[in-house]
Amino acid sequence: MKDKKPKNVFVEGAISPEFIATSIAKHQSKTSIGAHDIFLGQVRADMVDNKTIKAIEYTAYEEMANNKFHEIREATFGKYELSCMHIYHSLGTVNAGEICLFVFVSSPRRKVVFEALEYVVEEIKANVPVFGREIFEDESHQWKVNT
Amino acid sequence: MSTNIKYFGLLAEITSCREESLGNSPSTVNELLELLFEKYPGLKEKDFRVAIDQQLVTEDARITGGEIALLPPFSGG
Repeated sequence: MKDKKPKNVFVEGAISPEFIATSIAKHQSKTSIGAHDIFLGQVRADMVDNKTIKAIEYTAYEEMANNKFHEIREATFGKYELSCMHIYHSLGTVNAGEICLFVFVSSPRRKVVFEALEYVVEEIKANVPVFGREIFEDESHQWKVNT
Repeated sequence: MSTNIKYFGLLAEITSCREESLGNSPSTVNELLELLFEKYPGLKEKDFRVAIDQQLVTEDARITGGEIALLPPFSGG
């Protein structure tokens, strides 16, 4: 089912494994689904110049970002035969090891979800105005660049 | 007419504010950038894009009101 209005994709802080588990459980009543695929973005404790990243603090141009997420959703439903799709992105501080992006796509067939998931995640990284400030253990920081 | 600008990420650090209103009313994005580079020389070296009412625009775009945002490279996910 398609949503016609942009909804709020952002959650404050990390996305918990419990939240993800509950989201999976909610789909057990939708018995036309044959395949799910999930992408979880996790904060990496990268080392830069001998300093380790302990967290990323996310900010966004929220209104534009939610509209972009909506456009990506609509485009993905247009391209792929999906039963449903969920996107959640963190705002604020997410510690190394915690989840900051959760994308969940479902379809009757597996090949569709593999392709659709990659499309959604790449579109998010390229087109959604979200900004990550990488905080080191000594509280200094640098701005994240997607690769 | 005043011009309202939002700054994000690294750019907000350079300007020390997330939002401001400029008294002058530049008529194109180019004119706006000239004003801003004078006010915040640090912006000049940075890579960013400009959006008007959430649509990315080029430097020759005209400004006729609306919400202007300066956006550094996106790094979601």
